Amino acid sequence: MAKTIEEINEKIQSGNVVVFTAEEVIDVVRKKGTKQASREIDVVTTGTFSPMCSSGVFINLKQDKQKMKLGGGWVTLNGVQAYAGLAAADIYLGATALPDGDPRNNNSRRGRFRYGGAHVIEDLVQGKQVLLKAEGYGTDCYPRKWREQMIGFDEMNEAVLFNPRNCYQNYNVAVNLSDKPIYTYMGKLNPRLGNASYCSAGQLSPLLNDPMYRTIGIGTRLFLSGTEGYVAWHGTQHNPNVPRLENMTPRAGSGTLALVGNLKEMDPKWLRAVSFTGYGVSLSVAVGLPIPILDEEMMRFVSVSDADLKAPVIDYSRFYPTGEGKPRLREVTYAELKSGAIQLDGKDVPTGCFSSYQKAREVAEHLKSLITDGRFFLSCPVSPLPGPTEEQGDLK
Amino acid sequence: MNTKKVVLSFPPSTVEDPIIYHLIMDYGLMVNILRASIDAGKQGRVVAELKGDDNQLKNGANFLESKGVEIEPLTEEIRHIEEKCTSCTSCVPLCPTGALNVDRETWVVSHDADKCVVCLSCVDVCPYRAVTAHFQ
Ligand code: SF4
Ligand code: SF4
Repeated sequence: MAKTIEEINEKIQSGNVVVFTAEEVIDVVRKKGTKQASREIDVVTTGTFSPMCSSGVFINLKQDKQKMKLGGGWVTLNGVQAYAGLAAADIYLGATALPDGDPRNNNSRRGRFRYGGAHVIEDLVQGKQVLLKAEGYGTDCYPRKWREQMIGFDEMNEAVLFNPRNCYQNYNVAVNLSDKPIYTYMGKLNPRLGNASYCSAGQLSPLLNDPMYRTIGIGTRLFLSGTEGYVAWHGTQHNPNVPRLENMTPRAGSGTLALVGNLKEMDPKWLRAVSFTGYGVSLSVAVGLPIPILDEEMMRFVSVSDADLKAPVIDYSRFYPTGEGKPRLREVTYAELKSGAIQLDGKDVPTGCFSSYQKAREVAEHLKSLITDGRFFLSCPVSPLPGPTEEQGDLK
Repeated sequence: MNTKKVVLSFPPSTVEDPIIYHLIMDYGLMVNILRASIDAGKQGRVVAELKGDDNQLKNGANFLESKGVEIEPLTEEIRHIEEKCTSCTSCVPLCPTGALNVDRETWVVSHDADKCVVCLSCVDVCPYRAVTAHFQ
């Protein structure tokens, strides 16, 4: 019998809701089958904790007595430039922004990228103050031209995390076929298949548990780094038209989500700045998405395990940057990736991940307890995410 | 058989001497060089793992001292800051000795100082800056 989100919320209200994490549910479905399990289980929680460069924060600064127009001016926070092409008091600070003096990858040295936009965001969430320097051109209504002041959340009307893209539904496994080590957003890749990097929570990953976007849509409420956030839109580069396996999960990166939430309510435990040597700064956030088990099909979708999910292995020394060479070296399952090594060219290539499975588990467990304690309710999406529109052939 | 991890500081006068060769050939020690550097003043520094029995190690050490090479034990150079570590595992395949390892049940990453040869390859790899090097 099909359930509705309203019915599930009533169960949460009355304390009778049955929730499992996307990891726990695999065994339950194995034992009971999808039919029985779908009758008994109401919600399955997913989780991820992973760097995503497409992150940033909209800040609205409280004006001083003498007002100032930041729009069209110039603003830095702890030396990191924020975008000031908005209204008088609005700025956007991107996670990957770097201070002017940062050596980056100049002078043939790999940058360390010790401090950037993500670190400013992390400092604010840790309750620290940061140095605002702002220059404006002055108008009749906003006469002030310069402002320099230590500011924290108290000096902001709003601080809203807005990630144009997050929660990638599946992702590449990166390797290096060349003779030199390379430094990428997938970390350091040693030459001649020295290591393989992947970045997904696999069976716990949100969109791999709702592969056709049946329940996750615009307006879906989620756990975002310690507070409630929402799916604002489909993420940038959302591409549902990639080849899929029989279980409907994509065989390469495909769907993405744009996420929004109140930065002021976030917990430093769940939001961390990262520095990739030779690449740049990024931000890791914790995302937990609840999936309502509306019917047997949803039960089947959430019961996928790492052995049922596949990712393409890509050469980041050649194919990724230049589009030349062999597009896909192999397809591997997440179970293989998580075993510690994958087989490539007759070689055991050791694997490492950027998405913390341990944290993903913690997020999914935490969301589960919020729901069972009646502190988190599910929302009905107001509009679906774009789904596949074309018949898909095989991967090239 | 004993293993000792040591930091050897070579005075400029020894830079041309094949001291490591003598350690191997004359004192029967197995020498695994983990890191070597030489500064502008020709002061050399080698981080190495020496393997041999007690006698070989003692005689080798005497030989080094007679050449004016300072020997210091290598201890606690790499610190794994657990509060900062997210157990992402990205360092694990890049650690040559398995000192940084993940428990595949709990998915918690830990650092075993006994296995660490202080090659430093994890230091720039950890995006959360959860491993740091401390020189003595
Ligand atoms: S790379 Fe850093 S954060 Fe990730 S497991 Fe290793 S020490 Fe921990
Ligand atoms: S210094 Fe080298 S051996 Fe020690 S933990 Fe780091 S990578 Fe492993």
